[in-house]
Formats: sequence, structure tokens, C-alpha cells
Amino acid sequence: MPSALPAIFTLVAGWVVLGATGLLLPRNLVWVSRVLFPLGAAVGVAIAVFAGSALALPAQTAMLPIGLPDMPMHLRLDALSAFFLVLIGVTAAGVSIYSAGYFRAGEGAAPGLMCLQYHVFLASMAMVVLSDDAFAFMVSWETMALASYFLVTTQHRVAEIRSAGFLYLLLAHVGAISLLLCFGVLQGGSWQFTFNAMRQATLSPAWASVAFGLALFGFGAKAGLVPLHVWLPEAHPAAPSPVSALMSGVMLKTAVYGLIRVSLDLIHTPQWAWGVAVLALGAFTGLFGAIFAAVQTDMKRLLAYSSIENMGLIFTGFGLTLLFRALGQNTFAALALAGTLYHVLNHAQFKSLLFLATGSVLHATGQRNLGRLGGLIHRMPWVAGFALLGTLAMAGLPPLNGFVSEWLLLQAYLFTPSLPQGMVNMLVPIGAAAFALTVALAAYVLVKFYGVIFLGRAREAALERAHDASWLERCGLAWFALACAVLGLFPVVVLGALDRINTELLGASLGTQATSWWAVVPTSTARAVYSPLAFAAGIGVAVLAVFLLVRGIYHGRVRPSAAWNCGFPDPSARMQDTAEGFGQPIRRIFAPFFRIRRQLPAPLDPAPRYALDLTDRWWDWLYRPVADAVKASADRIGVLQQGSIALYLLYSFVTLVALLAFVL
Amino acid sequence: MNDILFGGFQALLAIAAAPLLLGWVDQCRAWLQNRRGAGVLQPYRVLRKLMRKDAVIAHGASPLFRAAPYVQFGAMCLAAAIIPVVSITAPLAAAADTIALVGLFALARVFIALAAMDIGTAFGSLGARREMLIGFLSEPALLMVFFTASLICQSTLLPTIVGTLAHRELVIYPSLAFAGVAFTMVLLAENARIPIDNPATHLELTMIHEAMVLEYSARHLALIEWASALKLMNFTAIGLALFVPWGLTAAAAGPQGLAVGIVTTSLKLASAGVALALIETVSAKLRIFRAPEFLATAFLLAVLGLLVHQLLGS
Repeated sequence: MPSALPAIFTLVAGWVVLGATGLLLPRNLVWVSRVLFPLGAAVGVAIAVFAGSALALPAQTAMLPIGLPDMPMHLRLDALSAFFLVLIGVTAAGVSIYSAGYFRAGEGAAPGLMCLQYHVFLASMAMVVLSDDAFAFMVSWETMALASYFLVTTQHRVAEIRSAGFLYLLLAHVGAISLLLCFGVLQGGSWQFTFNAMRQATLSPAWASVAFGLALFGFGAKAGLVPLHVWLPEAHPAAPSPVSALMSGVMLKTAVYGLIRVSLDLIHTPQWAWGVAVLALGAFTGLFGAIFAAVQTDMKRLLAYSSIENMGLIFTGFGLTLLFRALGQNTFAALALAGTLYHVLNHAQFKSLLFLATGSVLHATGQRNLGRLGGLIHRMPWVAGFALLGTLAMAGLPPLNGFVSEWLLLQAYLFTPSLPQGMVNMLVPIGAAAFALTVALAAYVLVKFYGVIFLGRAREAALERAHDASWLERCGLAWFALACAVLGLFPVVVLGALDRINTELLGASLGTQATSWWAVVPTSTARAVYSPLAFAAGIGVAVLAVFLLVRGIYHGRVRPSAAWNCGFPDPSARMQDTAEGFGQPIRRIFAPFFRIRRQLPAPLDPAPRYALDLTDRWWDWLYRPVADAVKASADRIGVLQQGSIALYLLYSFVTLVALLAFVL
Repeated sequence: MNDILFGGFQALLAIAAAPLLLGWVDQCRAWLQNRRGAGVLQPYRVLRKLMRKDAVIAHGASPLFRAAPYVQFGAMCLAAAIIPVVSITAPLAAAADTIALVGLFALARVFIALAAMDIGTAFGSLGARREMLIGFLSEPALLMVFFTASLICQSTLLPTIVGTLAHRELVIYPSLAFAGVAFTMVLLAENARIPIDNPATHLELTMIHEAMVLEYSARHLALIEWASALKLMNFTAIGLALFVPWGLTAAAAGPQGLAVGIVTTSLKLASAGVALALIETVSAKLRIFRAPEFLATAFLLAVLGLLVHQLLGS
């Protein structure tokens, strides 16, 4: 395939056409869900295949004669965009197949309209990573934000969902303004807004830092970096589950793409202070997200905070990349970048899997509240099985995929002593400690997530009627479960592909990869080796041998009985830990992070009620003051607005006189 | 091939001897408390008794509940194959490094915590919550200890680390001293030993590990008990390999070397057991709310060790 770009662009346009076809029969659910969504999934697979083949090719460019006069759209497909296209294609395929079985009649907007929004959303994300000029980039970026806004507010009759959507749109636009300014700085006086011109522009270090700061703010708002994270836990529960999966799995990643593109490709001379800033922000975001995820009671909010945590981990990895790159250690930068991108890919798979699983649970039970679920492993064995795999992967446990990327990033941390900067050397162990703490906390969060939803006894009688997911939904879940297993067991293949990006952006590669197909060797075999295949085989053989030995030497007899529970009678399923109960230790240890309002019942209360309300302190620290300041200044300016026409004419007259005085 | 046989033998030896170490610690504790004790072979008798019984399983247990003991035991066996117990040549050491080892312990922990929540009793979920609480603090502390050793030796592979540490001249690394204290604290917490948990208690409100495995019986309980003993063995072996690495042999040393290795390792393990019994006898169990402070101290000490290494370069 000499040139994959036209094929990919055609396929992306195909997504838009598919979406528009949905409008032909907007109320016909069978047409939309059984025909259009599976076709969309096929397009996703095709894009992933073409992009995968383009990874090995040199960069390709194309120009489209659409856009403003004299400003055609530039497209470019290099290894970095190809990687993100693979991510978009693979994730979109799984989510589309799932969606084919998910959407029901009478839920929110008409199916045909949703189909259009959904496919435009997919196409705009693909265009974001294909764009090669600021104009095309911003148009795609804003289309992406708008399409996802409409998807979030599918059930726009609910007031909470409308306000969640508004918050999302607001932060998306604040971020977009920052990006616009960033591109304004990047053109460096040439007034050419193609990325090629930006690559050639030379910026003074101060202006480069300004551009980087603006990019970090703009992309950080999309990625959910603290303190710009507040829209995530509102928007994700509001959106339908497949949309949450896409937003969390793919859309957040476009922010990572953008930051990599700007700082390693367009500016291409990173400064080490940027690395420290990104590392610190990422470490704090990761820890913050994990702590908040541990105390959530809504399963989708929990996953949203967990996305914040994972974005934090990804940004620490990218911070390390910038540090190494700025201080000239390109091989180690390649290791950190490979770990970062690997985690980007992994997070898209397991987070989509878990969001889709919550969608099935939501449909089967009508509950998002963890405290009203439980015991679903018996009613929904398929969903529970796939979700278990996703849970283990996201908890960063070997031999699944989450562990591989965390392992690579930890290895990258171990190379930091070779950095020539003394101060940075001291900061990095603290970053590594925060990283390790975040990863360990994620395991806590996921035991809570899985245990409370799927294990134990049903906390509500209504759960007895829960049913398993439909076969199309199961296909979608299986797709992601398979991806988690494959990415976990065959990391060498993935790293080989990622090395193309390293070569392209950093001019360095991990080289030694090729020496072994079964084990990951970041630098040398004496330094570090991890072989997921040997690991899985070892544990599998041990488990099997023990099982056979115990059965062979002794017996396999089982006597069913009531639960022992230390001899206490345990009549109610309400005795199990609720989500609040499971999160209590974390709430206690990290109390300063939360604003806690708790209502405890009096000792002799005949109808005791317990209420707990946790809020994010950033609302008090940042958002309320800013909102108050905006409102106060609006009130001041509002004094001018008196509503009498004479006064407005007077304003015009005064302005004219002032201008005349200025000119003359 | 010789290496693999040698390493496999070592792993099997560790698995078989694990209950003996536990019995030895219990016996030492009994002596220190002026009791006669049940003898060092008591854990084996318990295992045999449990294996023969019928497994009583609560209604409403899912397959996860029955699979978890096997996964935990398998994970500990794999760990025994990664850690140099008797010799530096561990069979699977080339497949997984110290970070993967931490992940392996986490895998076992997550499975057993999930299984504890499976029956849906109050104690099960309480135990799971407490175990994960301890895990989330001890896991990064352990990782930081490994990081310190890895930075000194420029490798995350245990055999390389042990080989490097064993062949240095006898100087005290300040960073390793911090790491050693942190590791001891982590060992106590991870293995449900006294300042954090009491392995001999069934007092409902204080137990952690026992609360999780309350619903298990017979062969499943036997596997869990054995896996716990093996975990203690693994942790002790890691500690000895990192901080007292002398006397470990390589596969090339042949049967004689192996004999020497077994003798020195047994002596080291026996003294470690005495030290563990001593610590457990002289300290009191902490309130559960104090456990995070204890573990946070361990974590901070480990991070300090890392910083000291960066600062002093040793």
C-alpha cells in the first residue's frame, strides 16, 4: 500500500455519510442499530488496518480544496497520527458493535439523529489527528467538542444532564481559546498557519514557553488535568455508556496527541522545566483522581475519576519524555514516550470495556448507584466475566495490558539518575513514589468497583430480575477483553510499532526490542526483562498443577451450606459494605482533599438516616471565585446598559468624538 | 537445562519448606512467651487435616470464590520461582523482574480480596477493605525499596541485584539502611504479622486477613494457609537476598554448592524467624486506624532511602 492517506480519508468521510444516512429513517431503530452501527464498526476496523500499515511508511501529505478562500485543508499521516488512528479505529469498532445492541427506543434523542452525532464525533476525532494546519485542526477540534456535547445531552430533558453538558461545553471552549492563542504564537511572525510553517518557525525560548503553556492549558482542559477536571465526573455519568466509553477512551487521548504534536513536533526544542511542570501536574492529577475515585458512589462517576487518574499517569510519562528529551537523553525519552503511548492505548481498551459493562448493568437494573447493586455475577455472568478482565487490566496487574505500560514507565523513572540536572534528580523519586502510590490506589478502587457491583448478594430485590447483555453487546465487550489480553501478552509487537514514532519524533529508538520476541527488554537483558508470556505460562502451569494434585491426592468433595460469618446470623444483604463503607478508610486518610458534609443519626432516632456528601474543593478554591468575579464585573459593566435609546446614541456620539480627537 | 532443573528444584524446596518456617516462627513465639508450643511441624499437620475434609461452601458462592485460592497459591509459587532463595539461579528470574514481582503479589491480593466479597457477608467485605487499605500503602513502599536496590545495582532483575550486592566490599549503604527498615515494616504488614494484624486471632473487630478467609474451609483454606506461609517465605527470602546476600550459590557450583547454599539459607531463615518472633513478642497490635500511619512511615522511609541514594550516590 504505497499511500494510505486517501483510503483513510475516504473511510473517515464514509463515517459522516453513514451518520447522515441515519437521518433518512430517523425513528427506525432497526435500520440505525442493526445496519448503520455495524457498518460503522467495519469502517473502524478498516481505518485501523490502513493506519496500521501506514505506521511503517514515511509521512504522507495531502491538500483538500475545502475551507476558507486561499486556506485549503492540509492533511498529514505520519507515524504519530497513524498510531492514534489505530487507537480510534479499534476503539470505535468495539463501541459501535456494542452500540448496535445497546440503544433502545424511547431513550433520549431519535436514533437517527444520535447516529449522525455519533459518526460525526468519530470522524472529527480522526480529522483532529490527520490535520496538518491550525485551521483544519481547530475546525475538527470544535466539531469534536460540539458533537460530543450533543451526545452528552442526549437525554436533554433532565436538568442535571443539561447543566453537565453546559459545564463540558464551557471548559471545552475555554480550552479551545487557549489553543487558538497557542497556534497564534507558534506561527512565529510568518502568518502561515500550516504545521509545516510552524515547524520551520524559530521561537525565542520565552515565546516557546508561552506557546507550550497555552497548549498545556488547552489540551489539559480536554484531558481533565486538575484543576480543569471538573467537567469529567459530570459529563461521563450524563452521557449514554457507549458515548462515555468513546469520550474517555478516545477523546481524552486526542489531548495527549495534541500536546505531543505541539511540544515534540511543532516546537521541537522542549525545555526541561516543561517536563517538570507536566510531571508534577500529572502526578498530582493521578493521585487526586485515584483518591476521588475511591470514595465515589456512582459507578460511572467512579470510572470518570479513574480516567482522570489514568490521564495523570499518562502525563507523568509524557513529562518524563520531555525531561529526557530536553536534557539530551533521547534513548530514555524513547522509553518514556513508548510507555506513555502504550498506556494511552491500554487505557482506551480497558476503560471502554468497563464503561460498556456499566452500560449493560444500567440497562439490566436501572441503577447507577453502587449501593443498590450487588451479586450481578450470578445474573450477568458474561458481563461479569469480561468486566473482571477489564478490572484486572486496569488495576495494573500482570500479565494483562495495564501492567506493561506501568512497567515501562517505572523503568523510565529508573533511568532518571543519569539526568545531568541535580535538582531534577531529587524531584523525580518523589514523582516515582506518587506514581507507585497512584497505581496501588487504583487496585483499591477497582476491587471496590468490581466487588460492590458484581460480587456479594443483591442489595435490592429488583436485581433478581436483571438479565445478561444482548449478543451484540457481548461482542463489543469481548472485543475489548481480547484487546486487553493481546496487548498484555504480546507487548513486543506493539513496542515495535511504537518505535516508529520514537524514531520520527525523537530520532532515537529502543533498538534492542528486536532481539527477543517473547520478552520486553527496554535497554539490555542485564538491566530489566519482563516476559508476560512466561509469566502467564508460569502462573497457569502452577495453578493447573496444584488443582490436579489436590484433586488427585485428596478429593474434590463440596458441601453447600449457609455462610458461616463467625456464627452471627446475617439476615440482610444490607450488612455488606456499601460504596461509602468501602471508601471510608480513604476518606479518613485523605480527609483534607474533600469537603465533607455528614449527617449522622442520633442514638435513639426511630428512623435513622445517614447521609454523606463529598465535594471537590476545587469548586471553592477556583471555580466559585472565578464565577463570582465574572458575575461582579458583568454587573459593573451592566450599569452602562440602561435601555434608553437616547443614552445609547449618546454613547455612539461620545465614541465618535473620542475617535475623532484620537485621529486628529 | 541444568539451570532450569536447578532453579526448579530450588522453587519446589521453598514451597515445601514454607510451612516449616511458619512453624518455626510460631514455636519461637511460644518459647518467648513461656509456652511449650505445638512443634515446628504443626503447620503440616494442619494442612493434612484440612486437605482431607469436605469443603463447605456457602450458598451463592460464584466460581471466583473457588478459583481464588488456586490463583493465590499459583502466584506465590511463581514468586518462589523468581526469588533467589538458595541460589542466584532462579528459574523464571529472567522472565520477571522486581516490578513484576510486586505486581504478582498485588494479583494475589486482589483475587483474595474479591473472593472475600463474593459471599456477601459483613466480615468478608470488611476484611477485603482493610486488606486493600494495607496493600495500597505497602505496595508502593515495597516498590520504592526495590527501586533503591535497583538504582544501586543498575538493574531491576533480582539475580543481578543480589549478585552485585553480594560482591561489593562490606560497607553500609545509608540508602539500604533506610530501605531495610522500610522493608521490615512492609514484611510485617504484608504477612499479617503483629503490629498490623494478629495471625492467631479471630476477634471479629480487629482481624484483617482472617476476616477475608472466614468463609473458606478444607482444601481451599489449606491452600490459602500454605500460600500465606509461602508468602512469608518469599518475603523473608527477598529480605535476605537484598540485605544479607552472602552465601547464595550459583547453579554452576554443582551439588556441593547447592548443599552449602541450603545450609547457609536455612541458618539465615532460622535467625530471621527468631527475629520475627522477637518483634512480634515485644510489640502490641496497633489499632486499625493506626495501621496507615505505620505503613505511611514505611513508605516515607523507603522514599527517603531513594532520596539519600540520589543525594549521596550510594
